[in-house]
Amino acid sequence: MSVRCVLAALGMWFLALPALAEQDAPVLVVHDRQFLPQELVLPAGVKLKLVVRNQDGIPLEFESYDLSREAVIAGHSENTIYVGPLQPGRYRFFNDFNHAMQGTIVVRPADGKGQ
Amino acid sequence: MFREVLEAALIIAIVLGASRGIAGRERWVAGGVLLGLLGAGGVAVLANVASAEFSGNGQAILNAVILLGAVVMLTWHNVWMSSHGRQLAAAIGAVGSAVQEGSRPLFALLVVTLAAVMREGSEAVLFLWAIAADGEQGARMVLGGLGGVVAGVLVGLLLYLGLLRIPVGHFFSVTRWLILLLAAGLAAQAAGFLNQAGVLPALGDGLWDTSHILNQGSIVGQLLHILVGYIARPSGIEIVFYVGTLLTMLTLMRPAKRIARAG
Repeated sequence: MSVRCVLAALGMWFLALPALAEQDAPVLVVHDRQFLPQELVLPAGVKLKLVVRNQDGIPLEFESYDLSREAVIAGHSENTIYVGPLQPGRYRFFNDFNHAMQGTIVVRPADGKGQ
Repeated sequence: MFREVLEAALIIAIVLGASRGIAGRERWVAGGVLLGLLGAGGVAVLANVASAEFSGNGQAILNAVILLGAVVMLTWHNVWMSSHGRQLAAAIGAVGSAVQEGSRPLFALLVVTLAAVMREGSEAVLFLWAIAADGEQGARMVLGGLGGVVAGVLVGLLLYLGLLRIPVGHFFSVTRWLILLLAAGLAAQAAGFLNQAGVLPALGDGLWDTSHILNQGSIVGQLLHILVGYIARPSGIEIVFYVGTLLTMLTLMRPAKRIARAG
């Protein structure tokens, strides 16, 4: 195999990675002081980008001890958070600025019926 | 609000304890608090004005950089202490005297305080802004927030006063261990942020889960999270950073001790 071939393959791999993540980026919306959906289903075993989109006018802090994640999101803006690869299970999250706002990420086996 | 203030207050209490007997430390710590508050305001504004730039990896990477900066400074402090601890203990024994020697880690005190106040302060500012913008509920919650500030500062003060009660002979070995565990915990947090930003791999999600024994959201869980870096469900990279920081600091602290004994 020529060096050029290897380089081309590497290049495609690098290009494909972010593109893949972009394509199926799950979105968690905050609207009227609620996370939507309340239960977000994600596939297990893959690293993915989670977009948290704040449609309210006030800042929030997406936080999860289960996921070990925290991100401040200004009003009317969004933030991208990498998560995973995760094991199947339930991962709670909440708004650290308003603990009444909570939700769960449900991780299901990617090849199973959950998808 | 309580949690944010608590985190900054506990870190400042430990730093103040660990720098006992070093001349000029109050001024540098106060400077760190002031600069930290300015920085916190800056970050809060940045989060709102430049939310697009800030929303990607920027925020998580900034957090990681601040945390790692604090880890480096705590390391420097501990290395310095391992060769000057005895001298400091002696200085404390002689009332009113303090170590005036050059190359005191005063800059480290400033940076660690600045990092703690800036990181937690920017969250506090945004939190206050969020509840102030919340209309009728706002006033009551602002009061609650102020209560959190007072409670957080009080717990920090208690820790500091508690530290001062430790006999001088053991004092600096206690603060050295506190700083060591604090730094390891901050490094693990930084690893979490770098993983969140997609810069570092997780190296295994949740290698164990002790949240049913001690929930990280509980008061004790939060205290231990701040003080020794307790994470109920740590990822591999967090453990690597934690252990790596512990080993690095212990290694760096050892030769300094020998030199002190020789000299």
